[in-house]
Parts: sequence; C-alpha cells; structure tokens
Amino acid sequence: MQSTSSTLGLPSAKAIQVARRQRIQDFLFHGITQFFSMLVLFVLAGIIGSLLINAWPALKTFGPGFFLDDEWDIVNDQFGGLISIYGTLVSSIIALAIAVPLSFGIAVFLTEMCPEFLKRPLGTAVELLAAVPSIIYGMFGLFVFAPIFGDYVQPVLQATLGKIPLIGILFSGPTNGIGMLCAGLILAMMILPFIASVMRDVFEIVPPVLKESAYGIGCTRWEVVTRIVLPYTQAGVVGGVMLGLGRALGETMAVTFVIGNASRISPSLFAPGSSIASTLANQFGEADAGLHFSSLFALGLALFFITFVVLALAKLMLLRMEQAKGVKS
Amino acid sequence: MSQMANINQAVFARRQRANKIGLTLSMLAMTLGMIFLIWILATLFIKGFAAVNLNMFTMSTPAPGSDNGGLANAIIGSLMLIVSCTLISTPIGVLAGLYLSEYGDRSKVAAVTRFVTDIMLSAPSIVIGLFVYALFVAQVKHFSGWAGTIALALIAIPVVVRTTENMLRLVPGSLREAAYALGTPKWKVAFYVTLRAAKSGIMTGILLALARVSGETAPLLFTALNNQFFSTNMNAPMANLPVVIFQFAMSPYDNWVDLAWGGSLLITFAVLGLNILARVLFREKAQG
Repeated sequence: MQSTSSTLGLPSAKAIQVARRQRIQDFLFHGITQFFSMLVLFVLAGIIGSLLINAWPALKTFGPGFFLDDEWDIVNDQFGGLISIYGTLVSSIIALAIAVPLSFGIAVFLTEMCPEFLKRPLGTAVELLAAVPSIIYGMFGLFVFAPIFGDYVQPVLQATLGKIPLIGILFSGPTNGIGMLCAGLILAMMILPFIASVMRDVFEIVPPVLKESAYGIGCTRWEVVTRIVLPYTQAGVVGGVMLGLGRALGETMAVTFVIGNASRISPSLFAPGSSIASTLANQFGEADAGLHFSSLFALGLALFFITFVVLALAKLMLLRMEQAKGVKS
Repeated sequence: MSQMANINQAVFARRQRANKIGLTLSMLAMTLGMIFLIWILATLFIKGFAAVNLNMFTMSTPAPGSDNGGLANAIIGSLMLIVSCTLISTPIGVLAGLYLSEYGDRSKVAAVTRFVTDIMLSAPSIVIGLFVYALFVAQVKHFSGWAGTIALALIAIPVVVRTTENMLRLVPGSLREAAYALGTPKWKVAFYVTLRAAKSGIMTGILLALARVSGETAPLLFTALNNQFFSTNMNAPMANLPVVIFQFAMSPYDNWVDLAWGGSLLITFAVLGLNILARVLFREKAQG
C-alpha cells in the first residue's frame, strides 16, 4: 500500500505496473469468456452449414419439390421427404391435442387447488416425469403401452369413432397398437410435463391482487382461472405449448420405437408411418454415400428449420411474458 | 321479483356447475399424469430388476444367440463418455455463463447468444448427431468415443451456460461492488467472489446437464455407435448404454430384450438420482 502513495499523490511505478497488468488480465478475461459464449453461435452456423453442404446433392437433384414428394425408394435412388415430414407433423399435432388440455389441468391443479403440503412433491414429480430419458418412453411404449392400446383401446375407437363418416377413416385398418396414433400418445406423455411446468411457472406470476379482486366480486375458482389467469398469461401459455411442440417435432427415440417405421402415408392413424427423426435413426447407419445419404441430411435440414422456427417463436412469447413480470415487480 | 331471483339462481347454479366440472377435470389431469409416472416407473422396476444380476456388471454384451452376457462394456463406455463430456462442457459452459452474466447486459451479441443458447437447449438432439457426424466422423472416417463425447458436450453446454448465468445473477450486486471498491480487477471479482458465491447453484447446473446427457441416445447413434466388445479406446467405436438398449430392445432375442430393460433401469436410476441430487443441492443453497 505505501508504494502507491508518493508525496505528490502520484502513483508509483509499481502501481502503474500492477494496473497495467490487471488491465491486460481483464482484457483477456473478457475475450476468453466472450469467445466461449459465442461458441454456441459458431455451432449454430456449423450445423446449418454442414447440413446444407451435405444435403446439397439431394436438393440439387430433386429440387425444392423434394419436400413435397412422397416417394422414398432406396433401391431406385428416388427420394422425397413428404412421408417423413407428414409423419413428424401428424404425430406432433396428435401429441399437442392431447397434452395441452392435460397440462393445463395439471397447472391449474398445482397453482390453484393443490394443498400447500402437496405442492412441492407433486411439482417435483411432474419435473421428474420430464427428466425420464426418451428411450425409456420408447421401451415403455413398445412393450407395455402398444399391446394394451392395440388390444383394448383401438377396437373401441374403431367401433365408436370409426363409424362416423369422414373421420371414420382415421380409425380404420388393423389394430396392432403400433402406429401414428400410438406415437402421438407416447409423445403426448413426454411433452406433458414440459408444457405443464411452463404453464405452472407463468400462472404463478399473476399478481395476487388481480385474482383477489375477481374472488372479491364473487367469481368462482374456474372463472378466475379462465378469465383472469389465462388472459393475463396468454403469451406464456402459448410459449409453453410451442416449446412442447418443438420437443415433439425433434423427438427421436420415443417415436422410433412405436411409429412402425413404414415409408408410406396412409389416411388411417392406426397405420404405421415414419417421422423425420425415426427415418434418420433407422436409415442413417446403413445409407451409402450418395443420394440416399444426402437426402437424409436434407430431412435433417427440414427438421432443424421447423424446430428452430417453432422454438424461436416460443422463446419470443416467453420473453414477452418475462417482461410483463418485470413491469409487475 | 321472484322470477328475477329464479334466473339468478339458475345462473348461479350454472356457474357452480362449470366450476365443479372444470376443477374436477383438472384434478383428473393431475391424477392421469401421476398414473403415467407411476406406471412407467413400476414397469421399469418390475422388468428391470428381473434382469439385474451380477453378470450384468461383469460381462460384456452377448453375441447373437449366446445365452449369457451383461452390460459391462456399455456401462464403462457410458461412464467414460459422460465423464469426458463433463470435463469439456463444464469449463466452456461456466466461462460462457460468466460472460453472459457479467458483461451480458449491455451487449447485443450477448442477447443474441442467450437467445440461440435457449433454442439449442431444446434443439433436436439427432441433428446434433448429424452435425458431429459431418464434422468429425466423416473426416476421420470411423465412429469413435471422441465423436460421441463432442456430440454430448454440445448438448450439455447450453444447459450449463443457462443455469450458470441464472445462478450468477442471483449473487447480490453489493457483493461485487464491495470487491470492486477494494480495487479488485473484474476477472478476480468474477472468479473469487461471484463464482464462489454461486458455487452450489453452478453444481446444480452441471448435474442437470449430466442427467440430460446420460439418457441421450439419438446423437450417439451416428457418433460413438456401439461396440460389442470391451474397449476403453476413445478413438474407436464405443459401447454405451442408450445405444445398446435401442439395439437390444429391437432385437428378436429374449435375453437381449431383458438386458435392455436392465440397462433402462440403470439409466433411469442415474438420471433421476442426478436430478434429485441437483434439487437437494439447490434447496440447501436457497435455505442457507
């Protein structure tokens, strides 16, 4: 310390040296941490670049029509992505249709109805459901769920919904469990906890004063949830749903086990199909370098593009919600 | 007058009914969710424990048609992949998280980075596998443990970055200011004050990342692949639990399917255990 204060109040040579060294260290620290944080941007650029480069031969041969062509003929080297894209979208839509109302119910229960002492264990249980690896869902779906589903649920669906004109065709065909509907159901189980925990988190930021006012003028609990909480948290709820959709679109293992892996589009939801991820998981290892290989990369590119857009929208919605929270506090 | 009262009563009854139906359905949804969880775990325990025996930990994966075998090579392979993934992703993730929390408020680049990191958190892991295949496996022309490690690290890094940043933001600004007031340079504040104060929170993030990659299968299919034999060579294809489970579950041999269940039980134990540990760590910190 005494070295820093000379009689004139000027820093000594040693102090200047220390300050300079620290400036360099700080500069290095800033540079190094910034480099690592930007690594993720490089990875993103790398992913897009490598997918594009490898997909290029297929895209050049088949043109943009690749994504609308339903032919996937390995023997004759004719490839189109529609079958897999269709499977991805349909299985994800089924999953959302089932998971969204259920997650809403779970979030309502956890935030508005649950007794205090159960809140934590039940909340943790939902989060653990989210942590179970997807391959476990796949095993469970293939060996436990699909047989029960095929033996008991599908015949009932066929006998009831299957009789209705127009939508009846969705429930036609053999009832052996595995297929598009089964994949959608397993996906629903998988994304349910993701959506539920986002919804619960956004429900919790509703200012108590809003809810209390509604209760004060005599609203029932359900009315408070649907007319106060839901409109207030709209952006967050939609963000959570999109987040779930993003997960469902890219899910590989759970779907690969139960979707049936057939390269065709059929009108029935009971029929087997394939999704982008399941096609990649099944065929990539055996693909020869060439059009087949390149077409698989093109599918990967489509998958990455779709999920990126969905997840970006989800993130924007959730950011809006966070800003609302910032205004509140 | 009495008609008015009747209408009001009818409206009231209808609202009460809607309330009851809505709340009952919510409760049913919660029950259904819990049934799923219990059903999955119960299945795993019953089928998994039936397959667990000493051979599972001492013998390598069986050849087709062979009766006895275990998962020793896959367990060791998985451990090696996960440990090396942690060694790579922890420093990178923590340093990146440091940048976002200490410098990230003012910079546009940081905002973009944060956004992209959030998206990468949920990006399809199979695409990460494709990327590492194109980048690494296609160049060296063979599958390898290192390729698997890179793929897993790419999945783990965003998790570590985001939790680190969030935990560092919880450190009160006054603590940093106190250190600055003593003339401490920024990097020392970051390493010796902020990072230290958020230690257990950052551990939580690392454990969650570990839990996440332990069950990842899709990216390993194209990178580490599988190896029927016992091997600790990171430069060669490497056996690992998720891929073994995938291949064995789809196989026609009963004993392979049993092993797949045993492996599933191990993975789920590990993942849920890590998750619970992370929660306990964080709760202790929140209370302390």
